Amino acid sequence: MKAEANGHPVIQLDEMSKTYHTGEVDVHAVRGVSLTVKPGEFLAIMGASGSGKSTMMNIIGCLDRPTGGRYLLDGVDVNDLNRDELALLRNQKLGFVFQGFNLLSRTSALENVELPMLYNRDGMSSREQRERGLKALEMVGLSDRADHHPNQLSGGQQQRVAIARSLVNEPKLLLADEPTGNLDSHTSIEIMGIFQKLNRQGMTVVMVTHELDIARYTMRNVVMRDGRVVSDVPVANRLDAADELEKLRAEQQAIQLAP
Amino acid sequence: MIIFATLRMSIRALRRNTLRTLLTMLGIIIGVGAVIAMVSIGNGAKAQVEAQIASLGQNVILVMSGNFSRGGFAMGFGSMPTLTKEDYESIRREVSGVAASSPEVRTAAQIAVGSQNINSSILGVGDEYPDVRSWPIASGAIFTEQDVRGANKVAVIGKTTATTLFGEGDPVGQIIRIKNAPFVVTGLLSSKGMSMMGQDQDDIVLVPYTSAMKRLSGVTTFRSFQIKSVSSEAVTEVQQQITDLLRQRHKIEPGKDDDFLVRTQQEITQTATEASRVMTLLLGSIASVSLLVGGIGIMNIMLVSVTERTREIGIRLAVGARSRDILLQFLIEAIALSLVGGILGIFLGMGGSTLVSSKMGWATLISMDSIVISFLFSGAIGIFFGFYPARKAAQLDPIDALRYE
Repeated sequence: MKAEANGHPVIQLDEMSKTYHTGEVDVHAVRGVSLTVKPGEFLAIMGASGSGKSTMMNIIGCLDRPTGGRYLLDGVDVNDLNRDELALLRNQKLGFVFQGFNLLSRTSALENVELPMLYNRDGMSSREQRERGLKALEMVGLSDRADHHPNQLSGGQQQRVAIARSLVNEPKLLLADEPTGNLDSHTSIEIMGIFQKLNRQGMTVVMVTHELDIARYTMRNVVMRDGRVVSDVPVANRLDAADELEKLRAEQQAIQLAP
Repeated sequence: MIIFATLRMSIRALRRNTLRTLLTMLGIIIGVGAVIAMVSIGNGAKAQVEAQIASLGQNVILVMSGNFSRGGFAMGFGSMPTLTKEDYESIRREVSGVAASSPEVRTAAQIAVGSQNINSSILGVGDEYPDVRSWPIASGAIFTEQDVRGANKVAVIGKTTATTLFGEGDPVGQIIRIKNAPFVVTGLLSSKGMSMMGQDQDDIVLVPYTSAMKRLSGVTTFRSFQIKSVSSEAVTEVQQQITDLLRQRHKIEPGKDDDFLVRTQQEITQTATEASRVMTLLLGSIASVSLLVGGIGIMNIMLVSVTERTREIGIRLAVGARSRDILLQFLIEAIALSLVGGILGIFLGMGGSTLVSSKMGWATLISMDSIVISFLFSGAIGIFFGFYPARKAAQLDPIDALRYE
């Protein structure tokens, strides 16, 4: 999970565009976006709904292909790949975290984490899969919940299982689509803390969010409107999740101590 | 992805909804069970027919008298009096390769001993009859050639007749009265059991054919001749000789039909086994319809399952499952469904056929073939009916699948 020593960016978008043909109308979801994300960056893509950020996310996540321009993921041109090669790329280089957690219900946390390894072409032994799964759960602080099913876990815990799942195949890039959208503010900060920790260890993280305060935990904010990037700035007063949690705790104590 | 892991995953998915899984399998269970039970009934009937025909004796040629038809209705072979005593004697004299032979006339009469009486069928036969039919005498002996020539009042009786008239005592040397004429019992036939038509073959009295014709029925022609050839190779040759001889004796011009029928045991066997084969096939194909319905049931549930689990499919695709991984997962699930159903169906079929044979007294025969074939067939149904839903799952778009509520 170390940052790439060699120079090429994790994400390189050149005039990338995506047009959907729905009926007689062409919908231009993304209109020529150029964006470079270097290893070790922590990026938030922001924008109102309809701004094209979800489409961007789908393309960066290799769930969809651009209709124009180029997309290089870790130096690989995605346009030339077929469905199965895209699946391999998602398996090996990408980790997904979704707003709705998207865990398999009635399957234990550990088994959820092991899922990407099931589709790993390296042919790992089931013991090795188990060990790696437990290691990933430990990384998000949930090793004691390995046998719990998603419905026995809180939202924050479920999202942490999802993060563990995204890490288990040691990806190049972590993609989070509104990861705090279904969580309360305290849990949201905890989740951001995990992302910050991973980022400090060298993981490149790209996150879509529409919450301004959540975006302040990242290093760089890209704002989109109508399928174009309208601003791309580094975060000035970056928040640290550990500090914020400490502040919250102090505030709560103050309230409790108040007469 | 390793097949084993997929299999484990599929079985877990099926166990998640036990009731639904069981109901889905029910079609296959009933289908396979029905096929196995039906085929076992058909095979049992066939085996019984074969055993029956084998009990006619070895290398036997049957000569039946002509087909009497009146007003366009054929009355069946044996209904026209064309076989005479002279025909029989000339066959004995002129046909080579005959090991033993006997003519046959049939009648039924009241047989009495003291106050006991029974209505047995009476067969007028020659002294070689037990030899021709491979039907040994249990006690005493068959009447002699002299008895036949002299139309003596002697008889050999079957087991049932003996038991009814004499209880457990030895009937040999006793007198029975047939149509009030006293006959001396010279022998007791060994037991042969039920025929396939459910008739008791041991309820029988054999008397010299001369006696039967003269003293009991008054007929002058025979119903049939039964001729045993010296070897199985000689059967066709003997059959030809008899046909030629009888055509000549009956003055049948070339090109005209025979007024008699010569059938070898093999021909009778063929006809009968063909009939029971057709029956087995018919029963089996009716039962396979339910297998087909079971397969459609599986397809239906698999389609529902794919829709229900669209999100799961989306997650799997997102983390890197290829289309073929998803295809395999759902296909294996369908195959597991149908194979487990098939195994349960095999047990059901075996149980059913055992029940039928014990409760209804039908012969059944469960063949290993039908078990193996229905097992493989249920697997094939899983593949056939599971493929379409599995392909549907595999072709889902990951984005749409993830967004599916």
